[in-house]
Amino acid sequence: MARVVVVTSGKGGVGKTTTSAAFGAGLARAGHRTVVVDFDVGLRNLDLIMGCERRVVYDFVNVIHGEANLNQALIRDKRVENLAILPASQTRDKDALTQEGVEKVLEGLAEDFDYIVCDSPAGIERGAHLAMYYADDALVVTNPEVSSVRDSDRVLGLLSSKTRRAERGEDPVKEHLIVTRYSPSRVGKGEMLSVEDVCEILSINLLGVIPESTAVLNASNAGMPVILDEKSDAGQAYSDTVARFLGEERDHRFLTDKKGLFSKLFGG
Amino acid sequence: MAIEIKGRMGTFMVLRMLTADTAEVLRQLDGHLSTAPDLLSGVPLVLAPADGLSVTAEMLRKVVLGLKERGFLQVGVTNVSESLASAADLGLMRNLAAPSREKPVAAAVAAGPAQVVSQPVRSGQQIYARGGDLVVTAPVSAGAEIMADGHIHVYNTLRGRALAGVQGATEARIFCTDQRAELLAIAGHYLLSDQIDPALSGISTMAWLKGDLLQIQSALNPGG
Repeated sequence: MARVVVVTSGKGGVGKTTTSAAFGAGLARAGHRTVVVDFDVGLRNLDLIMGCERRVVYDFVNVIHGEANLNQALIRDKRVENLAILPASQTRDKDALTQEGVEKVLEGLAEDFDYIVCDSPAGIERGAHLAMYYADDALVVTNPEVSSVRDSDRVLGLLSSKTRRAERGEDPVKEHLIVTRYSPSRVGKGEMLSVEDVCEILSINLLGVIPESTAVLNASNAGMPVILDEKSDAGQAYSDTVARFLGEERDHRFLTDKKGLFSKLFGG
Repeated sequence: MAIEIKGRMGTFMVLRMLTADTAEVLRQLDGHLSTAPDLLSGVPLVLAPADGLSVTAEMLRKVVLGLKERGFLQVGVTNVSESLASAADLGLMRNLAAPSREKPVAAAVAAGPAQVVSQPVRSGQQIYARGGDLVVTAPVSAGAEIMADGHIHVYNTLRGRALAGVQGATEARIFCTDQRAELLAIAGHYLLSDQIDPALSGISTMAWLKGDLLQIQSALNPGG
């Protein structure tokens, strides 16, 4: 049975697409057949972050409308085996997505993949609703600041009421928290909420903490999921996150600012 | 689909007739219209004879005719018997009682079964325990709203809004083990977080109504 994992947040710009790309690549690297689906119709970004923008011919909306089949629209990743992406349409808007269409596409993908990662658009309207509707798991991406936390809280409410699992009274969608752009030094100065605060407010299981890192921007610019940059702190943090999702126990490594200037100078 | 039926809110005018003299009614109306001719044109109007006025179908017909001549959109009549309304060929609006000046009698705390919520109540969610108490064992987030006809108990952090006794039960109380509420209200009397003593934040508290004033105190140290 394929598992549908939605990456969502409510607020924009917190790192949903970066997380979708890294998480998808991490699952594929662990040997699971994985597809990442871009639900952000009209603001297509996932293909850029994953470096396959030049290979997009057909998209999600084409498949929904029967203008192409899934295999024509899927783009296989060249670096990671078992990884594919289904790009969004750039010329349409979210109204082009229909519930039946999305269900049909997800059913088609479930035949060939173990994990279907849905990259949700920001907001709580149609696109975001359809991205979460069929989910089995949800990765709620939050920045350590109050407005992002409040929006995530709103999204958690929708996950427990507006998804297929909720409507059918099945086991609820499994919720996981990913805190991104975390800067322990700014938490120390009181400029950011701490992970403890965020967890207390949202009261869900913490899956990963991704440190604020230039590696994320560099990886985006290079069109490479940051998890493949194994030397970077953000890459390692995503690797831990994926491992925890797959059931491994791993400590959170990036909660404190260990390196002082001294150890940085001497390559600590 | 040939029709849709929808409830709509809108404004209409009520013309209260304080005298049985229809000529006088219309004369005074003309007086009003001379100062504000467009004030009432096109606005639906309901005729409401005052209590104790002996009204006949003939009177109603005269007034209605006068209203039509002046361009009113006459929609019905209230505060008369059904037979009188139909004799005057007018629709009777039953649910249009004049607003009562008296304070509503405080309802007793509802004694229905309590509703228990064990899932977190998230921002934007609203839970209403109709006819009874509400017990929440999970956190209530900022931006969430919990309401009950009876008491409210929150055995966790309360960051959102809690409204007890929403049908007017002044005996209702709000208990929580970690009070950080945006708003607490009992029977319509409320306090915003700004108005709540910061010393009562983050501890277990009880809120109740004393007269028109909402009181909050530590539930563990009920000395005050």
